[in-house]
Amino acid sequence: MWDSEIRAMASAHAIIASSVFMATVVPAVLVENFSVYRTHLVWLYSVCGAVAAVNVAVFGLLGVSPPAKKHTLHHKVSRLVKSCLHFLLSCLFFHAVVVLYGAPLLESTLETFSLSVLLSTLTTLRCLCVLGPNVQAWIRVFSRDGAMSVWDTSLQITAGCSVVGAWLGAFPIPLDWDRPWQVWPISCTLGATVGFLTGLVAAPVWIHWHRKQLTYKSK
Amino acid sequence: MKRLPVLALLLWVCAVFYVGIFLFVGGFLLVRLEVNRSSTCEDVLLPDSGGDFCWREPRFRRAVVLIVDALKADFAQYDPGNMSPRPYENKLPVIEELVSSHPAHAGLFTFLADPPTTTMQRIKGFMTGSLPTFIDVGNNFASSAVLEDNLVHQLVQAGKHVVFMGDDTWENLFPKKFHRSLPFPSFNVKDLHTVDDGILQNIYPTLKGDDWDVLIAHFLGVDHCGHRYGPDHPAMAEKLTQMNGVIRSVIEHLQNDTLFVVMGDHGMTETGDHGGESQKETEAALFLYSQSPLFPGPRSQLKPEVVPQTDLVPTLALLLGIPIPYSSVGQILTPLFPLDGQTTSGPADLTQSEALWINAKQVNRFLETYSSMAKDISPESLSRLKADFTRLSAQYLSTVQQGRPPSPEVLRSMQGYLTSARETCRASWAKFNPLKMAAGLAVLAAACVLCFVLSELSAAVVSVDGVGLRAPAVVGLVGGASVAGLQAASLGHVDAAWCLAAAAFSSEVVFLWRVPGISSASRASQRLLRFPLLVLFLRCCSLLSDSYVIAEGRVVTYLLFSLCLYVPLRLNWEGFLAATTPPDAQKPPGALQPLALPAWVVRREGGVLLVCVGVLVGSLYLSLALHGCREEQGACQPSPFLSPLARVQDSRRRNLHYVLSVAALGAWTYLLYRWLCHYGNLNHAGAAVFAARWLLPLASMLTGLHWAASSTPEDRFRSLAELIALAQVVLPRGVFSLLGLGMLLLWLDPLTVFLKPRALAHTRGPSRPRPRYRASTGISPQAELHHLIPQLYQRIRHSLEDGVTKEGPEEGSRPAVEAYGLGTVYSAPLLLLYGLLGLGLLLLHPESMAPAFLLLLMEGGALLYLHATSTTLSSQQVTHLNSFTVPWAPVVLWSLAATQFFHATGHLPTFPSIQWSAAFVGFPQGHTGTTIPAMLVVLNTFTSHILFAVACPLLLFWPFVCEVKSGHGWRGGTEESEDVIMEMRLRENPQQFSSALLHLATRYLFVCGVQVFASVCAAAILRRHLMVWQVFAPKLMFEASGFLVSSAFVFVGVALVMRVDVAVSRLFKRLLPESSR
Ligand SMILES: [Zn+2]
Ligand SMILES: [Zn+2]
Repeated sequence: MWDSEIRAMASAHAIIASSVFMATVVPAVLVENFSVYRTHLVWLYSVCGAVAAVNVAVFGLLGVSPPAKKHTLHHKVSRLVKSCLHFLLSCLFFHAVVVLYGAPLLESTLETFSLSVLLSTLTTLRCLCVLGPNVQAWIRVFSRDGAMSVWDTSLQITAGCSVVGAWLGAFPIPLDWDRPWQVWPISCTLGATVGFLTGLVAAPVWIHWHRKQLTYKSK
Repeated sequence: MKRLPVLALLLWVCAVFYVGIFLFVGGFLLVRLEVNRSSTCEDVLLPDSGGDFCWREPRFRRAVVLIVDALKADFAQYDPGNMSPRPYENKLPVIEELVSSHPAHAGLFTFLADPPTTTMQRIKGFMTGSLPTFIDVGNNFASSAVLEDNLVHQLVQAGKHVVFMGDDTWENLFPKKFHRSLPFPSFNVKDLHTVDDGILQNIYPTLKGDDWDVLIAHFLGVDHCGHRYGPDHPAMAEKLTQMNGVIRSVIEHLQNDTLFVVMGDHGMTETGDHGGESQKETEAALFLYSQSPLFPGPRSQLKPEVVPQTDLVPTLALLLGIPIPYSSVGQILTPLFPLDGQTTSGPADLTQSEALWINAKQVNRFLETYSSMAKDISPESLSRLKADFTRLSAQYLSTVQQGRPPSPEVLRSMQGYLTSARETCRASWAKFNPLKMAAGLAVLAAACVLCFVLSELSAAVVSVDGVGLRAPAVVGLVGGASVAGLQAASLGHVDAAWCLAAAAFSSEVVFLWRVPGISSASRASQRLLRFPLLVLFLRCCSLLSDSYVIAEGRVVTYLLFSLCLYVPLRLNWEGFLAATTPPDAQKPPGALQPLALPAWVVRREGGVLLVCVGVLVGSLYLSLALHGCREEQGACQPSPFLSPLARVQDSRRRNLHYVLSVAALGAWTYLLYRWLCHYGNLNHAGAAVFAARWLLPLASMLTGLHWAASSTPEDRFRSLAELIALAQVVLPRGVFSLLGLGMLLLWLDPLTVFLKPRALAHTRGPSRPRPRYRASTGISPQAELHHLIPQLYQRIRHSLEDGVTKEGPEEGSRPAVEAYGLGTVYSAPLLLLYGLLGLGLLLLHPESMAPAFLLLLMEGGALLYLHATSTTLSSQQVTHLNSFTVPWAPVVLWSLAATQFFHATGHLPTFPSIQWSAAFVGFPQGHTGTTIPAMLVVLNTFTSHILFAVACPLLLFWPFVCEVKSGHGWRGGTEESEDVIMEMRLRENPQQFSSALLHLATRYLFVCGVQVFASVCAAAILRRHLMVWQVFAPKLMFEASGFLVSSAFVFVGVALVMRVDVAVSRLFKRLLPESSR
């Protein structure tokens, strides 16, 4: 059971990671003058879109998402609306945090907001997929004994890695190297993406390594 | 409680740090005293000659000085055999052509720069003829103008017109001296052409014109090219070829009476940098040329002769017929002066012997003046030099009186004298002392380890009798004394620095050797891999990069923000924040987890935690708007709050700022007052309470009035001008004396406890039941005290809740004394001291900075409550009450906040940003001495260090202070005598109290000390860095002085706590017989 779950997760993660890769390569073919630095926002939103779509599809197919209590259309729609609302709120939350961290308040608002959209996609969206629009459950997942399945553990790892990656990505900004990737918010978005990819790789490996110690309480 | 041992240990740790800093700074910072005297034409250096300078027609009427920044010696050489030259080789063929075709007209030398090889120091060096160091004492820190006697000054004094163009550093060094000047911005290293093109557009018209006597042009392209690409790059070839063209065409414009000098100010390393003392950096090129013969003697040079940079000054001065600048230690370039008998163009030219004689006399005069002012040149070498000079002057004068030309030996001995004089000065001013630097680093590193070990083992160390300090002290003394003895025996004199180093290091080693349980400390070092310490590590790394030091304010805020978000995240990770009770806790509390908090407490504490994080983040964000700007930060606007209100033109904005400041001041006072009131510390009629009740509000009112007086613009209210002037003197002095009085009273009587005998309310006879603590007989008085305290405390709690004491059924079994404010007996005086100090320091700042102080108070408070709630929440798992240790996170947060508010109160780690106006608060007419203004400026600069350091022990007390809220009603709810006793809990465990205090203080010192160590490392490693004198050295100075101030005030804070403890002991001693009567 363990092995099958881990294998499922590893393949799901591989698909998500390849979607990030595709989101970088495909526009380069289709869009003229595409480059990660110069047309940064295009790249960013293509990655966001790809990750979002693949995540929703993968988790929907795997049936990881918490089962809805009622299968009525009304319920489904309200769930969807709730999810969208949560996603938007999380974007605003990340935006506020990034501004408080020292991002410019009035200038380059679009860039800052795009970074928070990316961060939301890499963290909140996965929370929505795995846990549904339930903030209590999200808070619960991010505690030592809060994970209730391998998916929860992978969520912990990927979300943590993405945020830490974005955090580390801010480090080179003050340096006087004058590189194109030091422009706000490129290093942070790159950091977040790299962190996310690292998390995708690390999660199955870590779970496999610690599968003896991991015990999950039933929901 | 062990008071003296703890204080002694702290003092010792601080002393070890000081020794380390002192050693390193002694080896790193080059310090020299400036002599503020100038030579004049009338100077007669010895009574029997008829004037030394300006009495003949000068050999050259005009001079053109081209400075090619970073023109390395190699760049100027030409090797015809080199078939495949590198980009920087063989690019100046004009020099070689002239030298070989006109050997009497042209000469190439290797121009030896003295470290520090930075442009500004070098310009000062070859204009004053001295050896400028990082700190030229006597210099006005606020401006960089050269105040020492220099060539430009002498030229201007002689009525010559000096025209300057190029690097704008000159304009800062010699403001308003030039007849005409065309400065171009030098800061942008990436810009290779602006300065050079600017010069080239203007130099030829100027040369053709006749309004100049000396033309100085400073090209920057080569230096910037080096910094940007390194010497081995085609761009360098291009730049040098351009310079070749410049030299060629300038020579075409020269006339016979003009001296032409081309020189580099320093060289460059392989990477194109400079600043240090390696051969590549110090060897620049010097090229001299004139249309008239320049070198009278025959010249044969295969390799260029080496000329120290100081030698240019006397040479140029004597060639141009002006006095040699007073503090020059250079020696004339002898090949340029004819020997007796040789003929030159003019018969009246100075001969070599005359020039050397004038030169030697001038150097001797300077050495005499300098040694009367400063003692940093060793007396032996001075007396040797003096003897040399006396001997050679006797020889010279005797030969001259006989009408004979001086013999070559006399000339040689004069040259020898000048050389050894310069070397003596060099040895004491212009050399890093790597040995001292290494020793300083070692002592500091050991001090950091020591601090860490001491904090980890504080319990064990305190429990040992005599704290184990005796052996290190003895060994330290012995070590220091033996080094002193060795030095006295072998060298004949004693260098205090090395004795201190030996003493500090040996005592450190012995302490680490003998400290009990060192193995557990090494185990504890594995716990270093925690996020708070990672943040500290990142902070230390950031000190190693100039970009991060320049952006320090934001970097620290970033780290602080991360760390304060980490606290709730970690609590959530540990599951302490789960509002839904975990499955285990559904069992009745007490079975498994005796300390499990009820859900509503967790929820409330979680709310408090969120509010704290909110306040903290909010004040962090707002404080970003209060930063100043370094000159390196290009597009940066300094905060509008930094300017004094009197300078604000817009009256509406001025009023707004004034109202804001007064509101912040009021809030500062009110919050402190409110807190003291809330914990019942204002009921007593003692001195401390008097200070809190009356002095603090009065002082803040006077401060507000003073601001009103000082912020009125000078042109308004003319009729009240005298009154305003009077107010500017009287009010600040009044505030200072009130605050001083307050602190004095606080020290004399720090207790804020109100005791109320209860006999008034009840008629009590001998039938009163005996107090409970009497129940056990034969108990020692000490133990009796411990039993008494909780009972005393219960009264306070009642008084807190109801305001008046209620009579309950259990009344009869209580001792007949109530104590108000006993629960915060330690923190109240500390907080009061904080408030008084803060008010005084606020007065030293511009009026508009008051909001920054309010933010500081709020952030400090938020940090304390954050720490308290997280302690309460994590007490579910850890039985924290058994050990009072403060974890790393709050300590690191506390120290980072000190650095952050250093920036948020408008300070920067640069010398120009020091707020000198602080020295004139209350002394608008200036001072007579230097102690008071220096003290005021230091207090102003390190305000946030002082405030956070003095309040550091509050980190220990706050969880106990907050206990009253969380504790009541859940912790051991059955037994009332077991309930909250706040800071009395510390009093009950004196051993742990002292160890916790030591633990906290050493942790704080560790966090500060590690930062000092990092900036010391930065200065040591990057001493060749381009930015070393602009960024790293000032940063080191500020970090080190910040540590001195911080450690001193940590000591003050701890000492105050000890003082309170003494007072509390006395109180209980007095109480005991009274209540047991
Ligand atoms: Zn230079
Ligand atoms: Zn340079």
